[in-house]
Amino acid sequence: MKRGGSVFNRVVMALVFLFLYAPVFLLIIFSFNAGNSNMVWKGFSLTWYSQLFHNRLIMQSVYITLLVSLLATLIATIAGTSAAIGFYSMRRRVRSPLMTVNNIPMMNADIVTGVSLCLLFVAFFAFWGNFASWFNSLGLFQLPVHLSMGFGTMLIAHITFNIPYVILSVGPKLRQMDKNLIDAAQDLGCTWMQAFWKVVLPEIKPGIVSGALTAFTMSIDDFVISYFTAGSSASTLAVTIYGMTKKKVNPQINAVSTLLFVTVLLLLAAVNIREARLEQRLEAQRRKS
Amino acid sequence: MKRKLSLFAVPYVVWMALFVVAPIIMVVVYAFSSGAGGFTLANFARMGTYAVVFGRSFKLAIIATVICLAVGYPVSYMMSKEGPRFQRLAMVLIMLPMWMNFLLRTYSWMAILENNGLLNQFFQSTGIINLWNRIFGTNLSFFPMMNTQGAVVLGMVYNYLPFMILPIYSVIIKMDASLLEAAQDLGADNLNVFRRVILPLSLPGVLSGITMVFVPSVSTFAISTMLGGGTRILLGDLIEQQFLGGAYNPQLGSAIALVMMVIVVLCMWVMNRFGEGEEQAVML
Repeated sequence: MKRGGSVFNRVVMALVFLFLYAPVFLLIIFSFNAGNSNMVWKGFSLTWYSQLFHNRLIMQSVYITLLVSLLATLIATIAGTSAAIGFYSMRRRVRSPLMTVNNIPMMNADIVTGVSLCLLFVAFFAFWGNFASWFNSLGLFQLPVHLSMGFGTMLIAHITFNIPYVILSVGPKLRQMDKNLIDAAQDLGCTWMQAFWKVVLPEIKPGIVSGALTAFTMSIDDFVISYFTAGSSASTLAVTIYGMTKKKVNPQINAVSTLLFVTVLLLLAAVNIREARLEQRLEAQRRKS
Repeated sequence: MKRKLSLFAVPYVVWMALFVVAPIIMVVVYAFSSGAGGFTLANFARMGTYAVVFGRSFKLAIIATVICLAVGYPVSYMMSKEGPRFQRLAMVLIMLPMWMNFLLRTYSWMAILENNGLLNQFFQSTGIINLWNRIFGTNLSFFPMMNTQGAVVLGMVYNYLPFMILPIYSVIIKMDASLLEAAQDLGADNLNVFRRVILPLSLPGVLSGITMVFVPSVSTFAISTMLGGGTRILLGDLIEQQFLGGAYNPQLGSAIALVMMVIVVLCMWVMNRFGEGEEQAVML
């Protein structure tokens, strides 16, 4: 088969990318607009950027978005990796039904996941209210009676929909791993903890990294599940934006999104360049030997 | 050693029981209970009123899925024909827009499609509008694109196209090149290689792509509110209204969500039958 596509292929792909990026570029361009419209260009200015840092609502949402995404990614990566190792070591008969349950949050519509978690939290809080008032009547110490949805519930929701993605990208790496490696490490005197840290973990590291990246992307891009589980006390950037779209979106939102987008772009570029260099070095080594 | 390792999964199994299985049981319980708490089927009986919404949601989602497939499959195929560096770049470029929240990108489409938006400004300044008026004898000063069902489909295609491209691409790229060579050696022309080898082998990717586009499309509510004007609501809007909107009725909302879930699962099950029992769908 011949490598390298034809001109026609390149043109089609360019059109698809134009379609995907037109709205993104538009937002970036109009974040520098002097006027407050997304349609009429009134000249270059940095007004929205300077005002942005005094807007407490937006800054708070950005902070919450980043915090919930980072925490959820961190927890989901650790939990997902250990769960993947657990699943890998199970008998097939036990594993298959568990994997089916694991796939539910990915296959389910976001809105169903969001709504069902919302129902669970509300029901639990009602139960907790009864329990706490009973407990407080005992007079040992006081428990808070009224709980409501907020950052904690949203974090739980994010972790729940992130873990399956981590498992999905770590699982195949485990299956590709040579099973004798663990035995060899143990024969050579490793305890099984050492075998895990020195042999298994390096083998599955690419899977863990790509799982974490997927989880973080899903968290950042999520709106629906946050919307149903955040309550009114904590709102992510997406929820704030949705509240605004009903009236008029503040152009400061364009500015903050541009900043986030550029940050991610730089990060991804750095990671990719590093990977490409690593590959080149490996290639060079291979040629030498 | 191996059996001991399976204990690693215990915390997550507990977590799944609490936050995956229990919530779904909650939905089922709510769907079959009345506001006062007793068992009832009334929630499902009321569903007939919303048949139009069901029909509209499935129609728009199917159209969006078909368009995504028609665009996504050729693009994934073309991508797999490029050099490794191009492919890596293309993958990053496809994922990248997802880092700008989808609400914002959808909002950006509003500025493009508005009556006095950028596309209409473009049509006016290039004279396409005048040409159109002259040919068809109409008297338009702009093309009405916002608040139409077409705009909603566009929003779905725009947001979920990457979910079609990624799984198909990842299946095609893993395909064993020697199979294609073997087919060619055995006398198959390009069309036959594609039809008899590449297409069947990429079917798992296609099926998971269809799932990943169809499910969010049929249940979306933000896209239809923003681009559809909010008058012709979709299933997602209907559910949202029952939980956080004006028509607060979580029992009815649960029933609608349950029916939607069941229909989607049935569709997927039937479709996977055609996939000849491919056990694991490929995701991302």
